[in-house]
Amino acid sequence: MARITNPFSTLLNLQQALDTFRTSGWLDAGPSGSGAYPPINVFRKGDDFALIAEAPGVKKSDLEVQIKGRTVRISGSKAVNYPEGSSVHRRERLEGRFDRVVTLPTEIDPEHARAECRDGVLALMLSRAESDKPKTIKVA
Amino acid sequence: MSEQHATQYSSAGAQKLAVSEKKELTGSQEKTVPGRFFVPATDVFETEEGLTLAMEMPGVGRENLEVSLEDGVLRVEGRLDFSGYAGMEPVYTEYNVGHYARSFSLSDKIDQDNIDARLEDGVLTLTLPRSPAARPRRIEIT
Repeated sequence: MARITNPFSTLLNLQQALDTFRTSGWLDAGPSGSGAYPPINVFRKGDDFALIAEAPGVKKSDLEVQIKGRTVRISGSKAVNYPEGSSVHRRERLEGRFDRVVTLPTEIDPEHARAECRDGVLALMLSRAESDKPKTIKVA
Repeated sequence: MSEQHATQYSSAGAQKLAVSEKKELTGSQEKTVPGRFFVPATDVFETEEGLTLAMEMPGVGRENLEVSLEDGVLRVEGRLDFSGYAGMEPVYTEYNVGHYARSFSLSDKIDQDNIDARLEDGVLTLTLPRSPAARPRRIEIT
């Protein structure tokens, strides 16, 4: 994506780019997990993939990420607490447990995978496994 | 939207967490900047001390948050730092990103000097204490 001086037009570009892929069946090929939470966006950056999930209110200690082969499993729980004796006016936040498995089209190197959770956004940086990278063959 | 969510609520916490589609901000006031805004999912509850709001704004850092209270209208705006998306090519998406904005009109008198705001794991918690004059008083019957 080209960097444009006006940051707001860049956001619009980003939003349009994300919308284009809303109907993509990219992750459909593999057997998908048992849940749909958290919602996930997948990006490609060179050879690597970035998997970004929005999970506001989920504590780092309540979040577990497992990687094996092509699959990534994100599980955990989210709690919404109200102090005792409070009367609730509006309740829009959901709570519960979640367990989601996604299958990527390439093998992932679990040793080089990084997970980061900041401001309720989980970011997984996944490197393609060396064995899965294409080899260039010199034409003699 | 809130009613529908309330029925899915389980106090046991063992329930499977459902995905709630992000709600886009629609209103009479249009933004002067292009790009979509979203309405943060919000819980509002009241204690004896005052009103507490918990708003989910994933991806918004504390430096990009703006909270104002004017003429009984509480306005919260959270700006998304999307610079991290530079050079990334989307291949599969399930949600969109954007800034967050929402406002509430408050019926109670708020002690403006003692408003407390905390941001934790993408959830902004605003504690709005009632001004001492508006606190409920217990009247002894003699």
